[in-house]
Amino acid sequence: MTEAATIPASERRLEREAAKRRRSRRGAAIAALSSVLVIGGLAVLVLTSNGWPEVRETFFSWTEFKNAFGEVLSGFWLDVKVFMGVEVAVLVIALALALIRVSRSSGLFPLRLLSTVFVDVSRGIPTVLMVYLIGFGVPALQIVKPAPDPAILGAIALTISYSGYVSEVYRAGIRSVHRGQHDAALAVGLTHSQAMRLVILPQGIRRVAPPLLNDFISLQKDAALISIIGPVEAFRAAQIIQGENFNFTPLVAAALLYLAVTVPLARVVDRMGGTEGAVR
Amino acid sequence: MSAPVLEVKGVTKAFGERQVLRGIDLTVGEHEAVALIGASGSGKSTLLRCIDLLEEIDDGDVFLDGEVITDPAVSPVAVRRRLGFVFQAYNLFPHMTALQNVMIGERHAHGARKAEAEERGRALMARFGLAGREDDRPDNLSGGQQQRVAIARAFAGKPRALLLDEVTSALDPELVGEVLAAVRDLKQAGMTMVIATHEMSFAREVADQVAFLHAGRILELGPPERVLEHPEREETRRFLGRLLAAGRI
Ligand SMILES: Nc1ncnc2c1ncn2[C@@H]1O[C@H](COP(=O)(O)OP(=O)(O)O)[C@@H](O)[C@H]1O
Ligand SMILES: [Mg+2]
Repeated sequence: MTEAATIPASERRLEREAAKRRRSRRGAAIAALSSVLVIGGLAVLVLTSNGWPEVRETFFSWTEFKNAFGEVLSGFWLDVKVFMGVEVAVLVIALALALIRVSRSSGLFPLRLLSTVFVDVSRGIPTVLMVYLIGFGVPALQIVKPAPDPAILGAIALTISYSGYVSEVYRAGIRSVHRGQHDAALAVGLTHSQAMRLVILPQGIRRVAPPLLNDFISLQKDAALISIIGPVEAFRAAQIIQGENFNFTPLVAAALLYLAVTVPLARVVDRMGGTEGAVR
Repeated sequence: MSAPVLEVKGVTKAFGERQVLRGIDLTVGEHEAVALIGASGSGKSTLLRCIDLLEEIDDGDVFLDGEVITDPAVSPVAVRRRLGFVFQAYNLFPHMTALQNVMIGERHAHGARKAEAEERGRALMARFGLAGREDDRPDNLSGGQQQRVAIARAFAGKPRALLLDEVTSALDPELVGEVLAAVRDLKQAGMTMVIATHEMSFAREVADQVAFLHAGRILELGPPERVLEHPEREETRRFLGRLLAAGRI
């Protein structure tokens, strides 16, 4: 930079920079204009449609919104507790599963087999069905009395479902680290598990952080699934009010709350992606 | 002559159907440097990796300070702590700083205290001309600097012998010299080394012995002047002739 200042700019360079500025101004103008056209067009289309006045009343009623928001929000607090708890559990369990699956030691063979079966099964069953099965199946077993809180059972079901997925993400990360890294770790005298902990995992996990957080976006929405076994979380709370007043605004309120936690995470993922070369 | 540091006896190694080493015998005395030369694919890397127990050998044995290290009862981790390895592609840990790369063995394999390992790490980096680059990530260093960090890392564990696998082959020509200078420094310090290399003039300069590897066997072994200037075997002459034609000598 300091060097550039000492070199006098040639005609040619000034010309090129001016052209670049013109091009970027034109780009910005086109982007602005096309946005106005597309968004404005859509707005006109919706707002002038025959059904709009009725839709506005049943989906976007401000009075209904204010009326329902408190209860939907307190329901959402349960969603937040569930997905945060599940996220922590999934991070730990999925890592354990991945480490077992990449291990070579013959002593771990039975565990490796179990992990593989667990991952296949947990990924293969629809999450909604898993919630149902755990939510009704575990109480029926009557192992613990009284039957555990359905919200906890729902959280367990989500943990099972997502641990399978996330362990595969971890495993992909571990396998993406070049074999030479493992060789070098052994060559400096580390044990296999030190090599894993100090060399392979830090690199592998960094690489798969974006897909891993992507799975968490999906998990934060799926927290709503626990409602089918009873707990009144945001979606269920909204549904109850909607049933009483025949107005869908509470559901829109719930949708906004889910967006409030998923969109920021999506932006974080966007920022992380593409830090290592690749197409920007 | 004192007891040899490394002894390779009748070592064979195959990858599936492909027989790579067909009975290697090699003795490396204390403070001695042996240059391993031979065409690409002749098994130089495999031999070095077998000595460091990064590959399992099929037959034969390797001895370090008179003790067999290729016995299943011997802990490979303990053996690798007594040897150092420098890779062709550096294989530095990209998520650590240069200094952390140099310290990792001391800290985690040899159980040194952090302050101690750091002091030694800094001193080693300075010795190899890397003072001031301690906190740089490998990505921000030139190839020559990266390879010198790798040499410092291998040397930090006070190895009985260093195994160097074509440490200049991945470098731009103008960076070769600084890495060779580091190896020369180690030789002067009395380090026992096995050096796989394509740099014949360097082999002539630092090696006490040159071993010519061909099709999994050591075809010729002797002082550099003899093997490189008066090769006895036709294969050696052909190999050196090809290097000469390619302007590599
Ligand atoms: N892990 C491996 N699996 C299969 N073949 C290998 C492996 N490593 C090396 N080889 C083969 O062994 C032969 C010798 O390789 P190498 O020891 O790298 O030779 P050099 O270092 O002399 O170029 C080559 O034919 C190579 O393809
Ligand atoms: Mg090689």
